[in-house]
Amino acid sequence: MKELSLHILDIVHNSVSAGANLVQIIVNEDLAENNYDIQIRDNGKGMPDDIVKQVIDPFYTTRTTRKVGLGISLFKQNAEQAGGYLKIESELGKGTDVIVRFVHDNIDRPVMGDIAGVISMMVCGTPKADFIYSHSVSGSQFVFDSREVKEALGDVSVSSPEVVNYLKEFINSNLEELQIIK
Amino acid sequence: MSKIKSLADLKKLSGELKSKIDLREKGDNPESLVQVKVGMATSGIASGAKEVFNYFAEELPKRNVEAVVSQTGDMGYCYAEPTIEVILPGQEPIVFGYVDVKKADEIIEKYIKNGELVDGIIPQNYETIDDK
Repeated sequence: MKELSLHILDIVHNSVSAGANLVQIIVNEDLAENNYDIQIRDNGKGMPDDIVKQVIDPFYTTRTTRKVGLGISLFKQNAEQAGGYLKIESELGKGTDVIVRFVHDNIDRPVMGDIAGVISMMVCGTPKADFIYSHSVSGSQFVFDSREVKEALGDVSVSSPEVVNYLKEFINSNLEELQIIK
Repeated sequence: MSKIKSLADLKKLSGELKSKIDLREKGDNPESLVQVKVGMATSGIASGAKEVFNYFAEELPKRNVEAVVSQTGDMGYCYAEPTIEVILPGQEPIVFGYVDVKKADEIIEKYIKNGELVDGIIPQNYETIDDK
């Protein structure tokens, strides 16, 4: 996958399958330390230690439709190619944290891509779960909380097709304001 | 349309949307909607399912098709990603493989609007992800 936002979409899918109803996506660009950190934290059912070790293995998957699970492995490979790492911290019954670091100016660090499209798709496509997306770049921060959005929308369901485009624009215009995207 | 920047803007829009949706719901019930499910596991995402999802989400309301577009997991057809499942009201689900934006357009115009079958259907022993 060529964009970080697509990896995020993929990993969040795992969180939702693990029964999470709140997923936090925390992106922190630290230009001084030259780090690009992405953390995906959920309150799903978590995993015991021996499973955490196995999920890095591309031939481990919990699904029954096929025998390989490449999501985590591909993300890890991309991070390592860009001088970073991926680690997983998980506690049974509490949830899972996927922590990924890239070297910010590494030429092999994928671009973020259409994060607004990804977040709005997650919110609208998974109405039963809530998402917090926070993105900070050297001191400025944008926080998107789907619970606030649902409150603002009132009786209108987040899964109405028109809402996807509204949310996308909402996120994009805020990211532009912070010059996170240009 | 002015730019949507704050939650207040969203609130305002929700008012406009509500009247539109009410109008729509008076006419029919949810079972009469077209359902489009886009397979969004690693293989789907890597082969462009997100563009396909966006296309359906944008085009169906534009073309006045009452539809729900949602994400689903892996359907077990990684070789044919992106795959989508379309359920027309009162009909059996049909799965299409190798769906790109061009194919999506054909599916909307021919299958969703007129019920004509198009190439790319994955037929054999089909089960939805929910059966697994």
